[in-house]
Amino acid sequence: MSGDLTTTRPLDTLELMINMGPQHPSTHGVFRMVVWVDGERIVNMEPYIGYLHRGSEKLSEGELYNQVITLFDRLDYVSNFNNELTFCMAIEKLMGVQVPERAQYIRVIMCELNRIASHLLFYGTFGLDVGAMTPIMYGFRDRERIQSIFEAVSGARLMHNYFRVGGLRQDVPSDFRERMERLLPQLEQGVEECDQLLSYNEVFLARTRSIGVLTKEEAIAYGASGPVLRASGVPEDVRVSEPYSVYDRFDFNVPVGKKGDCWDRYYVRVEEMRESLKIIRQVLAQLPDGPIMAAGVRRIIRPPRGEVYVRTENPRGDFGVFLVSDGTDKPYRVKIRPPSFLNLQAMQAMMRNAYVADVVVILGSVDIVLGEVDR
Amino acid sequence: MSLAATVLVPLLGLLALFTFLSAVVLSLVWIERKFLGRIQMRLGPMRVGPFGLLQPVADAVKLVTKEDVMPFGANRALFWVAPLAMFIPAFMVWVTIPFARDWVIRNLELGLFYVVAVSVLSIVGLVMAGWSSANKYAVLGALRAAAGLISYEIPVVMVALAVAMLAGSLNLVEIVERQAPIYAVVAPLGALLLLFSGLAETGRTPFDIYHAESEVAGGPYIEYSGAHWAVFYLAEYVSTFALGVLISLLFLGGWRGPWLPPVLWLLIKAYAVILVIFWMRGTFPRLRIDQLMSLGWKVLVPLSFANILIAGVQLYYRWPWWALTLMSVALIVAVSFEVYRRVVLAGGKPEVELVPARELRRKVPVREEFKTTKVSSEGQQG
Repeated sequence: MSGDLTTTRPLDTLELMINMGPQHPSTHGVFRMVVWVDGERIVNMEPYIGYLHRGSEKLSEGELYNQVITLFDRLDYVSNFNNELTFCMAIEKLMGVQVPERAQYIRVIMCELNRIASHLLFYGTFGLDVGAMTPIMYGFRDRERIQSIFEAVSGARLMHNYFRVGGLRQDVPSDFRERMERLLPQLEQGVEECDQLLSYNEVFLARTRSIGVLTKEEAIAYGASGPVLRASGVPEDVRVSEPYSVYDRFDFNVPVGKKGDCWDRYYVRVEEMRESLKIIRQVLAQLPDGPIMAAGVRRIIRPPRGEVYVRTENPRGDFGVFLVSDGTDKPYRVKIRPPSFLNLQAMQAMMRNAYVADVVVILGSVDIVLGEVDR
Repeated sequence: MSLAATVLVPLLGLLALFTFLSAVVLSLVWIERKFLGRIQMRLGPMRVGPFGLLQPVADAVKLVTKEDVMPFGANRALFWVAPLAMFIPAFMVWVTIPFARDWVIRNLELGLFYVVAVSVLSIVGLVMAGWSSANKYAVLGALRAAAGLISYEIPVVMVALAVAMLAGSLNLVEIVERQAPIYAVVAPLGALLLLFSGLAETGRTPFDIYHAESEVAGGPYIEYSGAHWAVFYLAEYVSTFALGVLISLLFLGGWRGPWLPPVLWLLIKAYAVILVIFWMRGTFPRLRIDQLMSLGWKVLVPLSFANILIAGVQLYYRWPWWALTLMSVALIVAVSFEVYRRVVLAGGKPEVELVPARELRRKVPVREEFKTTKVSSEGQQG
């Protein structure tokens, strides 16, 4: 047959299997995708997780309750305060501890600052994913300012270990209010700058609009939560629907997307940063004086027998902790519901008709943290 | 003619050119890092030498002293030849590029044709590198490079043709000499087309898809390290500089300008063009391959033909030069508006709806067990 140029036999083509990750510059941690491509188009995508599995849930069973808090810091390592809060709230609910007002308010400030820091990180890395190299510098400039507040308050930039069952480890520094007054205008301006730099850039719009669309029904079916769910048009926010801590006292908006594409997921987060700033302003205005630890909480905690489930709104979505106590000083079982893990499942649905370059953008728009996916 | 005149002088010229280009590349690396640093609110390199001036030298020393690694299963010969196959054409272009009226190694009559033809050969090196690396990202990157180059070479050739029509010559020196008002004023459309297609050919943002680090992780360069990678890097910067110089020669009046020596004028213009390229790199995300293709085939190729057409009309009817300017500007405005309308405005301006939390709370009342505090959710704002 060779040499016969007149045949119209179709060429034998082969789908190319490409390994993206665990060591690829834009897979956000040690996430591995096996992608089958036909030219530049995606035929199939399979995610593989588990490269960062540290057995956090099992480890928790061997630690004292206060020691488990450090493990929660290491789950979603860019929103540590939110994780700590969830675990502390689970035990508090089990024990029926009433946390003092001041501690509640400081917790909210820290969690919302952490949300902004996390979204700023998303902003920067998402910029890198679509090929813009400047956003990450803008994002990290403001994130750095937040980190230094964290350092002043908790003594650590990343693994804070600051929340305690029944309150906080220590009160905020004496110049906390002044520092926050300085920080907030900077952040407000910073978020505006970030928005103007990227959001309506023509190339950015071309790369993110109508890419990786996740419909409302699919988002609910896959159990997506947080910005991914809201971008698909579901106005669901645990802070509003099942308010915890003192979130029911503050006035803010829940940003909701219209199409569920990458741009919506991106812009929902930008708006959330603005809303978080609004919340922090209100918290600061109402911040009461008083104790920061509930009375009667011992150093060694022995919650009564029973089980409890608590969920909070993490920067990545609905973060839940299921805790079983057998009355000893160590948890009997800790089950974590990581939002990234469930959001990740919706990835395959988003990848329909995508190009190789879109894979990176879609993954970036879901904003996973492998620390909590693999646990 | 003696041996010295035929062999030695051109050789010395090439050597001088190579030294000059290396110095230019070092300066470009420094300028790019400093400029991007300033765009990104950083200082850029500061540690090596005053203002980090010696940073490119330090980089070069590091690259040369690094181990050259060749992946298992690579095609040895092709793998080592590929960097040279990319660098030599990028360097050969300079044989006929004039820095001033007499500052040229060989003033070819078909200079422009030669430049356009030789610069394309660089792609062979990229494809060789992609194929021989035995790496899927490299293959993907090489295919992207080939596809991009084929699409974007057409506008470059067409723009060169239009310039040759206007000047009545393919000789680069004469093209510069015959620009009555500079061609950027006479044919702004051509200048823009050359800039955009040149960006795609040299792999610069927003068309840097063939070595996009977030997708194909460096593309054809992925397996290269040390000195061989440095050669690729050198070739890329030499090509970028060639683009800057070519735009200056064809559209910005080359070395012509008041007060300063001619060579300096050319360098100023070329560096200005390159700064614009760096500026884009600091600002824009990257296009996707299909968007790159549709921009090339649906916008730039037809526009480049239209560019020839309007130049021909102006020449045939002997209209004054500003008639061409008007036609060019009209085309630019019409096409960019149409692209903007179709790409950006399609489906309206995207936005996100803000649902007040109060409204959500009213719609779905909070269950009693979730009310952690005694204060009601309404009317307790600070």
